[in-house]
Amino acid sequence: MEIDPFIFRLSIFILSIFIGYYVVWSVTPSLHTPLMSVTNAISSVIIVGAIIAGLAGNLENIFNTSNIFGFLAIFLASINIFGGFLVTHRMLQMYKKKKKDK
Amino acid sequence: MSVNLSAIFYLISGVLFILALRGLSSPETSRQGNFFGILGMIIAITVTFLSIGNFSSGFAYVLIFLLIGGLIGAFIAYRIPMTAMPELVAGFHSLVGLAAVFVAISAFLNPEAFNLGSIGNIKLGSLIEMSIGASVGAITFSGSIIAFLKLQGIMSGSPITFKGQHPLNALMLISIIVITYLLCSTQSSNLFWGLLAVSFLIGFLLIIPIGGADMPVVISMLNSYSGWAAAGIGFTLENSALIITGALVGSSGAILSYIMCKGMNRSFFNVILGGFGATEQSSISRSKEQKPFKSGNAEDAAFLMKNASSVIIVPGYGMAVAQAQHALREMVDTLKKNDIKVSYAIHPVAGRMPGHMNVLLAEANVPYDEVFELEEINNDFANADVAFIIGANDVTNPSAKTDPQSPIYGMPVLDVEKCKSVLFVKRSLSPGYAGIDNDLFYRENTLMLFADAKKMTEDITKNL
Repeated sequence: MEIDPFIFRLSIFILSIFIGYYVVWSVTPSLHTPLMSVTNAISSVIIVGAIIAGLAGNLENIFNTSNIFGFLAIFLASINIFGGFLVTHRMLQMYKKKKKDK
Repeated sequence: MSVNLSAIFYLISGVLFILALRGLSSPETSRQGNFFGILGMIIAITVTFLSIGNFSSGFAYVLIFLLIGGLIGAFIAYRIPMTAMPELVAGFHSLVGLAAVFVAISAFLNPEAFNLGSIGNIKLGSLIEMSIGASVGAITFSGSIIAFLKLQGIMSGSPITFKGQHPLNALMLISIIVITYLLCSTQSSNLFWGLLAVSFLIGFLLIIPIGGADMPVVISMLNSYSGWAAAGIGFTLENSALIITGALVGSSGAILSYIMCKGMNRSFFNVILGGFGATEQSSISRSKEQKPFKSGNAEDAAFLMKNASSVIIVPGYGMAVAQAQHALREMVDTLKKNDIKVSYAIHPVAGRMPGHMNVLLAEANVPYDEVFELEEINNDFANADVAFIIGANDVTNPSAKTDPQSPIYGMPVLDVEKCKSVLFVKRSLSPGYAGIDNDLFYRENTLMLFADAKKMTEDITKNL
């Protein structure tokens, strides 16, 4: 008997929760705001689903409802990807050590 | 590109996302971590394009939407002031939630494209995963919109409560489960739209009773929800990058909510069920009688600080509102020139989101090794000469330690009253968010400085 692939995905999911648990506890509290903005950016990897949705089906008729929702999701997710990573970068630039002042 | 090869690349991008979070364990490695995150995203998107392998007209549209969205995102990221970070994060959460909903709708309308079966005959497992993803996504969206409006001040930050709120919420949660069950047995699209509608509504109802100072918990919670929504969609799409990321983000948000709740000594359910101020009305009116306090001006404050050998600064949300972080940093520079030791004490729930104060101080070029968390610095107050409280209130209230009647009793607070003198910058004597009087105002060693935080710090600098 074969194991349902769902079980493998579930395993990845559960193990990732544990990885997340330990990794996030080790994040220094002063970087909690960048943590939120970067998690925001990476959760927009949902754009993968949006791209599949946007390009799905009959190519002559790319604008049926399903595709349009895909395009809208691409639009929203890419605001988040660019915005999230850039604003994280901007914040982290400010955490550079200032040796000159000492 | 073969399915297996692309699955391996998705796994790689999942690992890169883990490294992105791992980098945040110290400011030195954090920029590298962010780079890993970007790399992971580029790999995921590229692999998706290659695995579809269709570079016709549709591809052009995808690129157009990606570029427009990207430009808007980049523009916002460059323009946003650091004080508006909580609003920005809430706004971004709503976008993730809505994107999850749209992907779920698209998958429901065109299941063949995702290998999920056909319309009216979607695989049961996929349908359940899709429903969870869509429903959590919808809750994230409407909840974040409310959080955003409250943080922006468009909607009042005070809790909105009404009779029968909790039974109503419970009823709606149950109806979500019932609708999901019916949806799975009938595959009716009306039920799918119904599920989305109820989820949008419940996100809205969940957040309106929660007040402004509880926003750190709410934002963290919505952060967590956006992760679970992504994971739900990840299961539907059988995509490991999405599953890994969803789990990471979900647990990250959950941990942050836990830390924030602990910082207020409140249980998560207490916060979610809402209305701090609303339930504690009686205790506010009780302490209306006027007690004596000392107030001073910038000269007095400058005199005290000039004669101190160590000063601890306690910033709070008021500093963000007054945009006083740069003025504060100039004041501290002057103090340091006079060989006065200065450090900053940050309470876990200072501000409107986790780490809010740290970002503002970093923006004002305060070196991060001068900024300390509550546990690290709390013992130092007894040895410090001056505590300078700027825009914080409840987190310094000694009655949290002494008065079991106080609504904030048991909340960890900064021991500022142990300092030789306390300078309290505040607009008026009005109580803080929790609606309770701060004993600190009436202490022997407290000097109240009634002014706008920014103006007061500037005036003190002039007098130093």
